[in-house]
Amino acid sequence: MQEKIFAKGNEAVAMAAIEAGCRCYFGYPITPQSDIPEYLARELPKSGGVFMQVESEIAAINMVLGASAAGVRAMTSSSGPGISLKQEGISYMAGSELPGVIVDIMRQGPGLGGIDASQADYWQATRGGGHGGYRIIVLAPNSVQEMYDLTMLAFDLSDIYRMPAMVLADSVTGQMKESFVTKRYTAAELPEKSWAVRGRSEGTGQNVVKSLKLGDGEMEAFHWNMIKRCQELSEKESRWEEFMADDAELMVTAFGSTSRIAKTAVAAAREEGIKAGLIRPITLFPFPRKAYENLSRKCGEFLVIELSTGQMVDDVKLAVERNAAVSFYGRPPGAGSLPTPEELLEQIRKHCGGVR
Amino acid sequence: MRYDLFIAGYGGQGVLLAGNLLSYAAIHEGKNVSFFPAYGVEKRGGAAMCTVVFADGDTGSPVVGRPSVSLLLNQLSFDKFASKVKQGGICIINSTLVKTGGESLEGIKLIQLPMGDMAVELGDPRMVNMVACGAYAAKTSAIAISSLEKALTKALSERNHSLIPANVKAIEAGAAAVNGQKMID
Amino acid sequence: MKQVFSRPESLRDVQTHFCPGCHHGGIHRLVANSLDEFGIRDRTIGCASVGCSVFLYAYLDIDVVESPHGRAPAVATGVKRSRPDRIVFTYQGDGDLAAIGTSEIIHAANRGEGMTVIFVNNTTYGMTGGQMAPTTMPGQKTTTSPYGRDTTKDGSPFRMAELLSNLDGVAFSARVSLDTPKNVLQAKKIINMAFRYQIEERGFSFVEALSACPTNWGMPPLAANRRIGEEMIPYFPLGIFKNRDNI
Repeated sequence: MQEKIFAKGNEAVAMAAIEAGCRCYFGYPITPQSDIPEYLARELPKSGGVFMQVESEIAAINMVLGASAAGVRAMTSSSGPGISLKQEGISYMAGSELPGVIVDIMRQGPGLGGIDASQADYWQATRGGGHGGYRIIVLAPNSVQEMYDLTMLAFDLSDIYRMPAMVLADSVTGQMKESFVTKRYTAAELPEKSWAVRGRSEGTGQNVVKSLKLGDGEMEAFHWNMIKRCQELSEKESRWEEFMADDAELMVTAFGSTSRIAKTAVAAAREEGIKAGLIRPITLFPFPRKAYENLSRKCGEFLVIELSTGQMVDDVKLAVERNAAVSFYGRPPGAGSLPTPEELLEQIRKHCGGVR
Repeated sequence: MRYDLFIAGYGGQGVLLAGNLLSYAAIHEGKNVSFFPAYGVEKRGGAAMCTVVFADGDTGSPVVGRPSVSLLLNQLSFDKFASKVKQGGICIINSTLVKTGGESLEGIKLIQLPMGDMAVELGDPRMVNMVACGAYAAKTSAIAISSLEKALTKALSERNHSLIPANVKAIEAGAAAVNGQKMID
Repeated sequence: MKQVFSRPESLRDVQTHFCPGCHHGGIHRLVANSLDEFGIRDRTIGCASVGCSVFLYAYLDIDVVESPHGRAPAVATGVKRSRPDRIVFTYQGDGDLAAIGTSEIIHAANRGEGMTVIFVNNTTYGMTGGQMAPTTMPGQKTTTSPYGRDTTKDGSPFRMAELLSNLDGVAFSARVSLDTPKNVLQAKKIINMAFRYQIEERGFSFVEALSACPTNWGMPPLAANRRIGEEMIPYFPLGIFKNRDNI
């Protein structure tokens, strides 16, 4: 058996990026994600990659845009305030159909907020975040193992669907250390980047990477095509985890770090004879709607738990509303607001009318 | 089997190193480990703290509201966290710095070890964390003492490897002391 | 018959959208000429910016990546760092480079990125309709400085070529103009020098080109052309401000 590594979630992201063939990292320091640039500053050059700490979050995402346009795997990472600044570049990347990986280790907000865990950037991540009506791939790891695995997946999905991909975690998943196994990267079946700007000599002629679309009907066609890609993404790439879901009478649902706490609470509820189950979206965009819809035919009550005042609850409602009642329990992000399994168990009990 | 423990003290007592050491020892025994360098309920207060969960299967929540075992190394940690230990759980305290004041911790096994004094006797007051780890392993049998000793090579940076023999002694002293300890229920 | 004048191969045979009397077309031509002269067209990537310069890809037959407003030096950094063997240049206007993109240009220059920057200074935001730019002349009336640029409130116009020449990372910095045949010939020479700096891996090179914008200046082309010599050059002197390796 392969020996387990013990490292922070942020470090696992960096390790996976190198293994997945990321050639360029551009970033700006911000807590609680600085382990990512610190690791890459040390290790990326060893594998011939480029690490740059640059003047701003805006410059960093635009360098990702440039490197990605040139056909190489590139990434950046940040947290709330920095991710807000990057939205311009992300919108341009979406408009230019460019891949690229953005890691968002969420912290509290709005504004400067604080550095403790938060899930209040769910909307920002899953609704595109910038202007123009686009979506990006959003993956939500809940363990250090998944920080590793999903970072690799982000590079592949981003290349295949030609849209930016975000790994959305928080300071719990980023800062905690866990045992995990590294994997050799085996490339998915990836399309040729025949669109990349590398100089005419490598292509069949001129390549242009742009988001300006002024031709009659050009932008409309782009939008329809983007939606088509999103639908394909939804059909092929939706990922989720179910736990004790088959006979559940109360379906608890949460993503990221909160799902870990919720899962322990669900297991404890089962020990008390409460028929609770869990569904956890691993892809937040595409949101695994069909999985929720299917479960809602068997289970009439959903309880959404978030480290915010309620954002993913919208998507759950959209997915199950015809069949199930949806209630919400959340804690606004902040120091000391991370719920405990005991606290969530209490919520489960409440919904199930006490111990059965 | 799933084990969870909470460690708290002031900065400099090596709380995080203790958590790392226990984590590496558990990994050595083939367990999955989650080490969370903060605490869900009470994050502020100038204390260093961490939660360690290890299990054969899923570690589950890295956040633990009511730990099965707490290692509390100073007065502030004791005052804040002793009562959070779950019913039937164990609270191991550094009696060199903690005065219990005789309050009742109903349903919790309280183990008092003068870890600070022991560390000084062993030659380095910084080894209070090693004494604590030894005491934890011996009291709970969750981790073998030998695994802790093996884990030192990973938990300590290479420039500190010369200190391994001294740390081994401290771990063993903690284990020996807790084995001879009278329990206050 | 001997042919003495022809369209550079790198320049596409299409009509531009530029207004009559605008110098963008001429500056495009000089860039295309350099790419041809050095035989680097097939390994060159242009980074277009936002403004009248956005259609770079329509006029130059090279690979082009469009950049968000002001970010071309960052985008070009990404391209150049990932493909160091390519020739990379940005082509930016004054609002783009000297206002919203000030941070990007200064830091790219300071890092000494191995790129060439062509900066077109026409003292106004052309594409959006003649608003005040960071290079708008003192007293100049624009749609957003209807009483004339008041330097006590709006600051004075940036002299970017001089400013950047002070940075250690900058190897070459110059200002040119296309208002007279003599100046065009000089501009051609200087743009060639800027690309030579990059080809020879000598560091960051910068050329500011003064340009007329008759439409937004509210002038006929000839008067606009005269304004460059009469008003702009006295404030924005032509010349080479840095030529580190004396090439």
